[in-house]
Amino acid sequence: MKMKRMFGLLLVLSLVVASFAACGTKEGGSGGNDKFYIGGMGPLTGDAASYGLHVKWSAEIAVEEINAAGGINGKQIEFRFEDDEHDPEKAVNAYNNLKDWGLQVVMGAVTSGPSVAVAEETKNDNMFMITPSGSAPAVVKYDNAFQVCFSDPNQGSASAKYISDKGLATKVAVIYDSSEVYSSGIYEKFASEAKNSNFEIVAAEAFTADSKSDFAVQLQKAKDSGAELVFLPIYYQQAVLILTQANDMGYKPIFFGCDGLDGILGVENFDTALAEDVMLLTPFAADAQDEKTQNFVAKFKEAHNEVPNQFGADAYDAIYILKEALEAGNVTPDMSTSDITEALKKEITQLNFDGLTGAGMTWKATGEVNKEPKAVIIKDGAYTLFD
Amino acid sequence: MAIKKTTKSNLITIAILIIIYIVCQILIATGSMSNLMKGLLVPLCYYSIMAVSLNLTVGILGELSLGHAGFMCIGAFASSFFSKTMVDVIGNTFIRFTLAIIIGALSAALFGMIIGVAVLRLRGDYLAIVTLAFGEIIKNVINVLYIGIDRNGLHFSMQDSMSLNLLEDGEAILNGPRGITGTPKNATFTIAIILLILTYVIITNLVNSRSGRAIMAIRDNRIAAETMGIPITRFKILAFSISAGLAGVAGVLYSHNISTLTATPKNFGYNMSIMILVFVVLGGIGNLRGSIIAAVILTLLPEYLRFMQDYRMLIYAVVLIALMIFNWNPTCIQWRENHSLKNYLPMFFKKEKEGL
Repeated sequence: MKMKRMFGLLLVLSLVVASFAACGTKEGGSGGNDKFYIGGMGPLTGDAASYGLHVKWSAEIAVEEINAAGGINGKQIEFRFEDDEHDPEKAVNAYNNLKDWGLQVVMGAVTSGPSVAVAEETKNDNMFMITPSGSAPAVVKYDNAFQVCFSDPNQGSASAKYISDKGLATKVAVIYDSSEVYSSGIYEKFASEAKNSNFEIVAAEAFTADSKSDFAVQLQKAKDSGAELVFLPIYYQQAVLILTQANDMGYKPIFFGCDGLDGILGVENFDTALAEDVMLLTPFAADAQDEKTQNFVAKFKEAHNEVPNQFGADAYDAIYILKEALEAGNVTPDMSTSDITEALKKEITQLNFDGLTGAGMTWKATGEVNKEPKAVIIKDGAYTLFD
Repeated sequence: MAIKKTTKSNLITIAILIIIYIVCQILIATGSMSNLMKGLLVPLCYYSIMAVSLNLTVGILGELSLGHAGFMCIGAFASSFFSKTMVDVIGNTFIRFTLAIIIGALSAALFGMIIGVAVLRLRGDYLAIVTLAFGEIIKNVINVLYIGIDRNGLHFSMQDSMSLNLLEDGEAILNGPRGITGTPKNATFTIAIILLILTYVIITNLVNSRSGRAIMAIRDNRIAAETMGIPITRFKILAFSISAGLAGVAGVLYSHNISTLTATPKNFGYNMSIMILVFVVLGGIGNLRGSIIAAVILTLLPEYLRFMQDYRMLIYAVVLIALMIFNWNPTCIQWRENHSLKNYLPMFFKKEKEGL
């Protein structure tokens, strides 16, 4: 009896194996394409889903705009976005799946770990990859990968430099998430940069993913050490709690954050008065007054009833960067993936791109972006440029 | 006669694995296998190894372990660390990877033994809870470990990578929550399937040996086994550490198949442990071949449901429930027996029909 059941299951298995062969026939994206196949992967489910969703939606807006305006070199874009559950293993699966679909250029992944894993695969296939928000330095280890966002160390050193240059404080406390790649990456660079600055780090308090609801201890230490400025290289979900708890303690230092704090004003049931005077270095502010940003934010709000965050803006830029580079290189979709990659690699280093997340963005062959960080300060519940 | 039957059944499983391997190689050689499937071949093998090795603990030893992913984690990090540091020293990939596999297996088995000594005094629910805790501890300890290397040797820290005080030429290999990046990608389908067959042979041989009978005697009636003079703790620890060591092998394959290795709740947390347990339960507790089949189907399912977009995980859950009912509900078993074509057609032809 048991044997029989097993045989049945085995047969199902062999049928499944047979089906791989069946769907394997639609191989590769080389030759004969009439459209650009651009694909991405990011978390659409799980804890980090909001980042992936914003990237997906924003990229879709950009693709729609480009297609409506006649496409790239007269060719339309086909865009597809797969879920990677914020897991490197799943990201590689998603990438392979996109390859079966005909992928030519990667716009992903959204988070750092998956981006590193995908970069390894794109390197092997020689496929061009631009990540909107995978900020770890290991992402752009290879010459075919480029970033739209700042890398983590860049944010750390930019923050330290900013605080030092503006003379914001002499005693600084840091509260960071030691279990998060993004947060510890910024912190380490910030700390090493601080040694050459005119302020000192008087307290560096860590928390982890398992203990991110109560910050009383960390705040008390910061307060006791007399810190005038608290640096928060963390995501806004925890920053909201820190601001609320600091207020309850009657502790009012300057709070300074990075792009992870972007989104703080959109948190439900959060008294935005608490975020008054919070400073953050972010390349994107959703209520900036320029036409591009307003157009993008309006479209995004209309479609999804949410305010886009910086991840979305990076993705929107990424698609337009690809467009400019593809146009500059006179690339057509019927070229082989490898040729497209070589053309893009050459063109992107010569671009001077004005996007939502910065003007005059340029890239070196290393893959890191060069753009000016904007410091904004929250006044009356809205971002104001601070200089 | 009974032994002969099991041997035959084991040989059939191994033959099936080899046939699948050959079919896959032919498909790859003729270029007719999809990229998705090519990328999944190694993961399928290591998930199968995980399921088979957990089956040793759950099915043969009869103890519920919820920390199996923790051993995979140890194997992954230990071997990855070894490969990363030795990549320039040992040029031969085969030798390096073989050593990495051995190191991964031994370190996981060692931890299995240490944890087993402490944990296996407990029984039932308590054991499950404590193994769950150990799995989490392993993951969290790795997340605060910083290990770097420079010309003076190894540097350790539990603070951050700056307090390693590395020299200019030094490199932080294990970087806390950022894990290990840049492990050489040495795991191939051939090695993975050999390891899977090896795992299967090790466990079936153990089960059919004197030790295996002792282990099953402990499972079936602890008091009777003790009265017979079977050293209970020794055999329990034996089974538990073999199971852990094999999970370590799966970890080695995992870490050498992907260039970035981080200990997140997603890949080495209790969710993973429970997923492996699901493979075992669905495939049949104590049924090794079933574990492999369940691991393969349940790993492929979410990937092949990608066309469902947002409903993917929902459908996955529904299919999982349906499969469980189909496999284990008495009415369903009855129905399948009644509708079996075995009675009418020759055995091999029947196989074709049933699957359709």
